[in-house]
Amino acid sequence: MTRSPFFKFLARAMMPILILFSIFFLLRGHNQPGGGFVGGLVGASSIVLMTLAYGAEEVARQMRFDFRRVMLWGVIVAVIAGMLGLIFQSSFLGSIWFKPYLDGIGRLELGTPALFDAGVYIVVFGATVAIVMAMAEESDREVE
Amino acid sequence: MSPLIIAPILIPLITGFSALLKRRGRRRVAFALGMSANLIAAVLMMASTFDGTILVSQMGNHPMPFGISLVVDPLSAIMLLLTAVMAFLVGIFALATIDANRERFAFFPLFAFLIVGLNFAFLTGDLFSLYVAFEIMLMSSFVMVTLGGERGQLEGGIKYVTINLISSTIFVVAAGLTYTVAGTLNIAHLAIRFSELADPGVTLVLAGMFLIAFGIKAAIFPLFFWLPASYHTPPIAVTALFGGLLTKVGVYAMWRMLILVLPAATAVLQPLLIVISILTMIVGVLGAVAQMDVRRLLSFHVISQIGYLLMSLAIGTSEALSAGIFFMVHVILAKTALFLISGVVHEFEGSYHLKYLGGVTKRHPGAALMFFVAALALAGIPPFSGFWAKLLLLRAGIAAEQYLLVGVGFAVSLLTLYSMIKIWNEVYWKPNGKASNGAHASPLTKIERRAMIGAAAVMVALVFALGIAPEPVIELSNRAAADLFPTGTQQSGYVEAVVAASADIGGLSE
Repeated sequence: MTRSPFFKFLARAMMPILILFSIFFLLRGHNQPGGGFVGGLVGASSIVLMTLAYGAEEVARQMRFDFRRVMLWGVIVAVIAGMLGLIFQSSFLGSIWFKPYLDGIGRLELGTPALFDAGVYIVVFGATVAIVMAMAEESDREVE
Repeated sequence: MSPLIIAPILIPLITGFSALLKRRGRRRVAFALGMSANLIAAVLMMASTFDGTILVSQMGNHPMPFGISLVVDPLSAIMLLLTAVMAFLVGIFALATIDANRERFAFFPLFAFLIVGLNFAFLTGDLFSLYVAFEIMLMSSFVMVTLGGERGQLEGGIKYVTINLISSTIFVVAAGLTYTVAGTLNIAHLAIRFSELADPGVTLVLAGMFLIAFGIKAAIFPLFFWLPASYHTPPIAVTALFGGLLTKVGVYAMWRMLILVLPAATAVLQPLLIVISILTMIVGVLGAVAQMDVRRLLSFHVISQIGYLLMSLAIGTSEALSAGIFFMVHVILAKTALFLISGVVHEFEGSYHLKYLGGVTKRHPGAALMFFVAALALAGIPPFSGFWAKLLLLRAGIAAEQYLLVGVGFAVSLLTLYSMIKIWNEVYWKPNGKASNGAHASPLTKIERRAMIGAAAVMVALVFALGIAPEPVIELSNRAAADLFPTGTQQSGYVEAVVAASADIGGLSE
């Protein structure tokens, strides 16, 4: 099966943009529409696009990740965010805030909800890519 | 709040994701460790609630009607412990018997996610979370029923999926209506609101909808047909897990919603509940008597036993509920033991069919002894656990003057004994079946065989222990039942505990 070079170029060009955009979604999600779930989907779409352009096998070789393991790490990050609340606030998912002042940037508001959202991002990213890769490998096999 | 309360959700969740890993050995170790940890957590939970303490935690430190409550009262603790014991033993059984193909398609992660759903359902004090828990449970069970893709499995799977989706739809609609009427979804808060609500018509509709939604999952009388159609098709480890636990979650949810939240409407529905309970018992046991496949026969018994559990709801007193809880403990253990034993016999003889089996007593006296104990326990012969369970239930029925229910319960008990004798005669006593000569070629290694027999034996030992020493469990059931009923002008212990926990973090004080 031949693949279009234009599409390949476009997929490569889009990849960093999509990833940046997904991180923007993740961070924006705390107070506005967005969040880990949407961000994860957008981030995963960058890999999905590469899979469409280059084929699942090629992408799997390049990535060298087991996306199922990525999922596991996402769950662990989310659980840790929840456990921090449990340890310091005596309530699972209780939120802890850390607000440092950085010169030139301003005041940052870092908290466990953002960490939890990051966990969700990683899980959704990993799960979506794992599912799409599994299906793409299957359909590639059928084409050949 | 004790950090323990969240463990029954987190442990199987992490186990499920760990069991997705590529290497087979690691996957299996992760699964076994996870199920053991889950069991330890459940035992600790039971230890800290045994004296009647109710543990409450508000997720994210948001007070009661806004945040999700996690509540462990004695009833939840009993169910969590049963689930953990089942998950551990059936998990070992599954590790020994599940074929490589099913394992490759994520059997063990699904198993763990099923446990996440079950544990979450027993922990949550929030109606919508209960719905979410049901969905997690159902999604995993859908895949587990059809995994392997055999013809019969797909056929049974379609019925199972369709009817359960209808049930979920009714559930979520009922939850939406509840929110419209009461303005809250927290179970404890709902109990308070509905006790103040004057209009009985609305609550009656809600109670009816919950009865149908949970009734489909529990397989009560006119809504049971999906169960015998699907339960005998997957591998026996899956059947044991489903037959032992999944329908019981429906009954648990009924107890929570109908007794705790909507007691007035349930009292109005009592005649209907009595009829349903009687018909469920009778239809289940008559269906069982007619079957020739051990798995189908036991599946029909699942329905019949649900009738008994429903009887506790139909009688509706605290005494009856306590008997129902004890019955739940008994039936989960006994039923699973029977399924596992039939799996062991299948491993020896290569069949589930009564005609083809025979002479097991002579060749495998150990398996026969295990079946003997579990079958008599299910039928309710003293000194086994079923006797105490039925005695308590029938006594509660007599005290509430429900003689018809008691009479039917008694008769169904005899029919249960009859169908157990039928299995005994055909499989164990008869000299030889059509196909059985004891030389069934099995793909299992010696260790796997030992593991599966060991799991079944421990299950039988638990049934036996419950029969010999029922006293602590009866006491615990009494405590668990008492927490769901209001005393005098006070709200029930469950509601009081949740309100008190929220007051600590600045919630509403009703």
